[in-house]
Amino acid sequence: MTIVKELSKQEIKEVVAKRIAREFKKNDVVTLGIGLPTEAANYVSEDVNVIFQSENGILGLGKNQKGPDFDKKVINAGGVCVEYNKGASFYDSQMAFTIMRGGHIDTTVLGALQVDAEGSIASWQIPGVFVPGIGGSMDLIIGSKRVIVAMTHTSKDEPKIVQKCTLPLTAFKELDMIVTERCVFQFDEDGLVLTEINPVFTVEDIKASTAAEFRISPDLKSMIV
Amino acid sequence: MSFKVVIGVENLSKLITAKEAAALIKNGSTVMVGGFLSCGTPNKIIDEMVAQKIDDLTMICNDTSFADVDRGKLIKNGLVKKVITTHIGTNPITGSKMQSGELEVEFYPMGTLVEKIHAKGSGLGGVLTPTGVGTILEEDKKVIEIKGKKYIFEEPLGADYAVIYGSTVDKYGNVAFKGTTRNFNTSMATAAETVIIEAEEVVEELDPNNVVIPGIFIDYIVDGRK
Repeated sequence: MTIVKELSKQEIKEVVAKRIAREFKKNDVVTLGIGLPTEAANYVSEDVNVIFQSENGILGLGKNQKGPDFDKKVINAGGVCVEYNKGASFYDSQMAFTIMRGGHIDTTVLGALQVDAEGSIASWQIPGVFVPGIGGSMDLIIGSKRVIVAMTHTSKDEPKIVQKCTLPLTAFKELDMIVTERCVFQFDEDGLVLTEINPVFTVEDIKASTAAEFRISPDLKSMIV
Repeated sequence: MSFKVVIGVENLSKLITAKEAAALIKNGSTVMVGGFLSCGTPNKIIDEMVAQKIDDLTMICNDTSFADVDRGKLIKNGLVKKVITTHIGTNPITGSKMQSGELEVEFYPMGTLVEKIHAKGSGLGGVLTPTGVGTILEEDKKVIEIKGKKYIFEEPLGADYAVIYGSTVDKYGNVAFKGTTRNFNTSMATAAETVIIEAEEVVEELDPNNVVIPGIFIDYIVDGRK
């Protein structure tokens, strides 16, 4: 695989988070997964007023609390003490999953170990190596109106976008969009479509680092604005 | 007319110490433990379970927290033989004990686990969930098709004991919560033979408007300040 350029961790974070943030519409109810997806919250413009939800029982999640006196009774799903915005609410896990599985989340953004050309996602275990578990991911993906994967394009130079997932699935054919530091893919009835590209990379770079068949949109745009 | 109830001896008898609470739990039993990571956890009772070496437990919990706190201590001290949970990623000891075969781990999606517990507590025969369809979670499970959509059938899940947390508990056992401490505590209160709650604060009487778990579900109260 010959990739011309590798972005730094900070550059990857910025490119992906900024692009994801543009997907949110006014008053959208949004759940962000831990890690890269969480970064998107930093780039949402205030007039969009996104309502962030967290599976541990909060709607109206705010910024991370700043010390020294943390209110440990208000955390996000990553265990970080957070502030909450006007109009926020707290509830139990049953209500959290009524919201998540029941179709009341507009957009979910999650990380992944592998995604495939059919729109399936694997994110909860590498058998025998790394088994963090399922958490709320399966319910979120199946219940959200829209599911976006935000991840690095490759892992140790291995493609994470593959023809068919080899790792145990988190959900089968549920994805709507993939955002990496290199490009944006959308799913339509026939599979993967490359719709945007980071101008630092070429279509050849994307082909070389993607192990799935995809079509190139006739309207291919830059993912950077 | 006044609806104020006078606290009787019977109500007061719900109050026990953390030591007494842990002593109620038998070795080899199934215990639900409340909390999401370290939020809304019955810390004092767990510490006493560790001190008294309540062993051979099957633990039902949202996650196994972190290695050195609350539920993590039960795992670290080898008191749990099986854990029924949704996520272990924050506690590396759970992972290593699972890989070595020392600990059995049964995973469920979070929404499925909470509904299995709720089904038990509310007398339902089970849960039909679309979550996990098309994944390995389907294996050995009944998949039922309704109006063209597939659902996994999950049985109700109960326990011998629920050890849970409440922010404010009155002497009748009524429970109110602060922040994101509710998590699994509310469902677990309904689904175990014996329910023990650790209260951040015990008060005479909560305003009924603020009660989240009605007191009839609570068998014993431990005052977390003592």
